[in-house]
Amino acid sequence: MNHDAYPDNYIRGILNSVKSIAMVGASPVNVRPSYFAFKYLAQRGYDMIPINPGHVGKDLLGKPFVASLRDIGRPVDMIDIFRNSSHIMPVVEEALALDPLPKVVWMQLGARDDAAAEKAEAAGIKVVMNRCPKIEYGRLSSEISWMGVNSRTLSSKRAPAPTQGMRLSLNRMSVGGGDTAASDRAAKNKSEQS
Amino acid sequence: MSDRLPGFSTLAVHAGAQPDPTTGARATPIYQTTSFVFNDADHAASLFGLQAFGNIYTRIGNPTNAVLEERVAALEGGTAALAVASGHAAQVVVLQQLLQPGDEFIAARKLYGGSINQFTHAFKSFGWNVVWADPDDIASFERAVTPRTKAIFIESIANPGGSITDIEAISTVAAKAGVPLIVDNTLASPYLIRPIDHGADIVVHSLTKFLGGHGNSLGGIIVDAGTFDWSTGGKYPMLSEPRPEYHGIRLQETFGNFAFAIACRVLGLRDLGPALSPFNAFMILTGIETLPLRMQKHCDNAKAVAEFLAGHPAVASVSYAGLASDKYNRLARKYAPKGAGAVFTFSLKGGYDAGVNLVSKLQLFSHLANVGDTRSLVIHPASTTHSQLDDAAKVKSGAGPDVVRLSIGIEDKEDLIADLEQALGA
Repeated sequence: MNHDAYPDNYIRGILNSVKSIAMVGASPVNVRPSYFAFKYLAQRGYDMIPINPGHVGKDLLGKPFVASLRDIGRPVDMIDIFRNSSHIMPVVEEALALDPLPKVVWMQLGARDDAAAEKAEAAGIKVVMNRCPKIEYGRLSSEISWMGVNSRTLSSKRAPAPTQGMRLSLNRMSVGGGDTAASDRAAKNKSEQS
Repeated sequence: MSDRLPGFSTLAVHAGAQPDPTTGARATPIYQTTSFVFNDADHAASLFGLQAFGNIYTRIGNPTNAVLEERVAALEGGTAALAVASGHAAQVVVLQQLLQPGDEFIAARKLYGGSINQFTHAFKSFGWNVVWADPDDIASFERAVTPRTKAIFIESIANPGGSITDIEAISTVAAKAGVPLIVDNTLASPYLIRPIDHGADIVVHSLTKFLGGHGNSLGGIIVDAGTFDWSTGGKYPMLSEPRPEYHGIRLQETFGNFAFAIACRVLGLRDLGPALSPFNAFMILTGIETLPLRMQKHCDNAKAVAEFLAGHPAVASVSYAGLASDKYNRLARKYAPKGAGAVFTFSLKGGYDAGVNLVSKLQLFSHLANVGDTRSLVIHPASTTHSQLDDAAKVKSGAGPDVVRLSIGIEDKEDLIADLEQALGA
């Protein structure tokens, strides 16, 4: 997979197929991005599992915190890693020890570890880096268009007005794969320099 | 569902717009409302905290304006956009995110006269210091860079003389200086030039001109290319530092490659207030649907009129980059192969008096202070748009006393030429 620019069909396929998502680094602080990404994905119907060893015994929006991936105790479709790039590899190694393996490892906006991605892909796991699943869901459903964001999708169909807890269709016509070319090039240059 | 890139004309008609979820209305409705109800207290808090997608108040965002924003972002190849009340408002909002009092920005000397005024006088009172550079001398931009430089500002096609700016060369200077390149793309429109493809980090427009295109609605827009890394060195604290207005959110961390557009919305538009009326957004959107058709006709007419003027005995010179003999023709062929725009200047052998005489005799051309209308327009910049400049600055910006500016409309070119011919001949 080219991790500089993902085709929309790749992201769409992941968001349409996974049902359970374990979020590593989920925060109970309601102004942290991990908190509101967790909340949004739960509202859109995903089975969310918060992973954070510092908060075991408490819950996040009704879901009990779990200390680590191995403590989930049931199969999980996707691992969403809300950690800095330097903390990705141990989480991916832990994910690779799960049985059954997760189908997807997703690293948040700003996080990228190509070596970890390569390991996961070698085990047949799909990888997404430096993206936010909330933004991508909002983009492909065009819900994010309310903020002036270029969803890079078109549709002549009437969509339902989104309400609380509704799953939205992500199957709009794509204007282009992944991010726009100029922003992709900039992200690639940045990752090559670091 | 295939990942296929539609063409420019398809985007001009469709991007950002879908049938209204509530009514099925196919044209974009005018959501002429100040505010939007919340589902409950939690929903309200999520919206105010920038945690959920949705509408609060039209000063911050509006569904009609959002369609316009997504459409222009798509046409320019940006990640997001923000519509505001005018092109001038767009410039204030952009620089507010980038400059602290005492900072500097470098601007090309060849600019719309209103921008020269805004930068020289209004922005000075904010402590934002403009440093001028010559777009025909790229090294002058390099020489102007200091540790306080926060941005570089240019026009793709410069008003009033229609000269073409070497965007790529200046983007290299900006990248080396570690500052974003802002390009005012008003006179080109994305149909002729897409500055992001040439290294621009931010694009601004007066939507009032070719994008709206019919001389009936003011508007401005800011497009975020998603290319600039705001996180380095704390140079851009509005984007990289925790914002006290929003419980310590860092905009770049939260919004990634469209953080600049969000900053303009939630720190600029929200607090400075230059919101675009949804009615104007609707009018401009309707204009954009025919942008490719109009812009080609504008350019084809402009070239025919410029060629006519260049061959006329009363004309001293024509400054139109679409003419093979023009100084900027090489850049025009590189950056704007479909046409060199429709705003240009010429000077008359009879000087100032002949210019005034011409303007008074024209029957189809309207004498007014706008460009990018369906109608052909004429003005004498030295006594109007550029009148606040001193004589030396007028000449440097391409608006000397003998210069007449035309904005060529989409009428039949034979009628425009006939009108000029009768006015020049008398």
